[in-house]
Amino acid sequence: MTKPLVAIRSVAKNFGEFQALKSVSLDVWPGEVMCLIGASGSGKTTLLRCINQLAVIDSGGIWLDGELLGVREQNGKLHRLSEREIGRQRLKTGMVFQRFNLFPHKTALENIIEGPLQVQGRKADDVRAEALELLRRVGLSAKAESYPAQLSGGQQQRVAIARALAMKPMLMLFDEPTSALDPELVGEVLAVMKELAKSGMTMMVVTHELGFAREVADRVVYMDQGAIVEQGRASDVLGAPREERTKAFLSAVI
Amino acid sequence: MKPAPALAEGFPDLSGLRIARGPHWFRWLGAALIVLVLAAIARAFANGQIEWSYVSRFLTAKVILEGIVNTMVMAVLAMALGIFLGIVVAIMRLSPNPVLKTVAAGYTWLFRGTPLILQLLLWFNLALVFPTIGIPGLWSARAVDVMTPFLAALLGLGINQGAYTSEVMRAGMLSVDVGQYEAAQAIGMGRLRALRRIILPQAMRVVIPPLGNEFIGMVKATSLASVIQYPEVLHNAENIYYANSRVIELLIVAGLWYLLVVSILTPLQMLLERRFARGTLGPAR
Repeated sequence: MTKPLVAIRSVAKNFGEFQALKSVSLDVWPGEVMCLIGASGSGKTTLLRCINQLAVIDSGGIWLDGELLGVREQNGKLHRLSEREIGRQRLKTGMVFQRFNLFPHKTALENIIEGPLQVQGRKADDVRAEALELLRRVGLSAKAESYPAQLSGGQQQRVAIARALAMKPMLMLFDEPTSALDPELVGEVLAVMKELAKSGMTMMVVTHELGFAREVADRVVYMDQGAIVEQGRASDVLGAPREERTKAFLSAVI
Repeated sequence: MKPAPALAEGFPDLSGLRIARGPHWFRWLGAALIVLVLAAIARAFANGQIEWSYVSRFLTAKVILEGIVNTMVMAVLAMALGIFLGIVVAIMRLSPNPVLKTVAAGYTWLFRGTPLILQLLLWFNLALVFPTIGIPGLWSARAVDVMTPFLAALLGLGINQGAYTSEVMRAGMLSVDVGQYEAAQAIGMGRLRALRRIILPQAMRVVIPPLGNEFIGMVKATSLASVIQYPEVLHNAENIYYANSRVIELLIVAGLWYLLVVSILTPLQMLLERRFARGTLGPAR
């Protein structure tokens, strides 16, 4: 019996008065591609940020690869982990941001090798060779020495995906990776993500690209007002939704 | 319906015509006035009671040259101390730890809130408060021996500068997008490493123009150290005119040196700015 790679149990997160997540529970299985859909403010991005601990959950628990994230249980109490330990846990996830967040003062290649070199302390020659291979994989071999400002949005996002992959994560998190792109650049980023899905990477993708979800996702999760409303196979959730709220959302989007 | 491809009549083709340059009468008039005023000032100084031969004689006198070297040494060292303290205090100020935050705010409040010349005098006269200083059991010395004019000036100028520089640094760090912190965290970086590798290099670009300003201010602020006997250029110029009474001539000598140093610093700052503008110069490369 395999175990879920990510186990989310009764997770709640508030921003002041606003309840971003209300007792969310979910499993993500190894090799699974999960798309999270829903209106803005539905909590899907917050859920992703909680998994790589850019946001700290208020209650509940998240286990990644069997390890409880952010806290340690001792004598019936939870103790926060040190920044160092949280950093180590983050290495298991790769994050791709809506606005790319490449380091503007570093070239594409330098962006990719920064983590493996500085954080993981790996050998420069190996890291460089792997980074060049990653750039080839996202179709940007010619842009290794370019600075982010010299790249299009689509190219920047592909570098950002390579940067996340360079850490050899077991889980890739995508936070609306195509929402900030011009329409004609969306395809190239989705193509890289499809290729990644095909290679067996476990992925959680917050997206508005329902076509991508239909084609690639093993499971689609529809969230609304901080809770999971409906989930299942992409063809079911997108093709024959059971819940009224899902139907309303889909008819508004399509 | 109009036929689409045909253009309407009455709008002639203006390509090939050049834009005529205006006569700019007021520019010429303004320039002429300024030349006249400058000539009048030059004439006044030429006929005034200034012995220009003294200016040229003392401009390269050994004592004056030593003074300007001391001025520059002090400016560079005090600025280095100021930048170091400024970065540390700015990081403390932006830390989530309330103790560090309060200490940093208190430091800025104290050293920005009192005049620099008063701080210099306090450091120099530290011996009046603590006749001996040191680490109990390890080392101790008489404060008058330790607190030389050099050390008093360095501490006074550097610590004061740190209070101002911390605010410049804090502004620079705040100017970096939050997404940069998040991206750094997402590849496993801790707070300090993210600051050093990702945030500070980007903050530098914003911070260099005001820091250049501060450094120019520092070059001139070293002149205040003349009150605590630090032999910088103004102090040495004063010593000479106490002896020969050529007050204005020696003040002009000191002034010319300050102008020269500041004139050299400006292009240096431009070089630094270019260094830290990496990645922001756009597609042409």
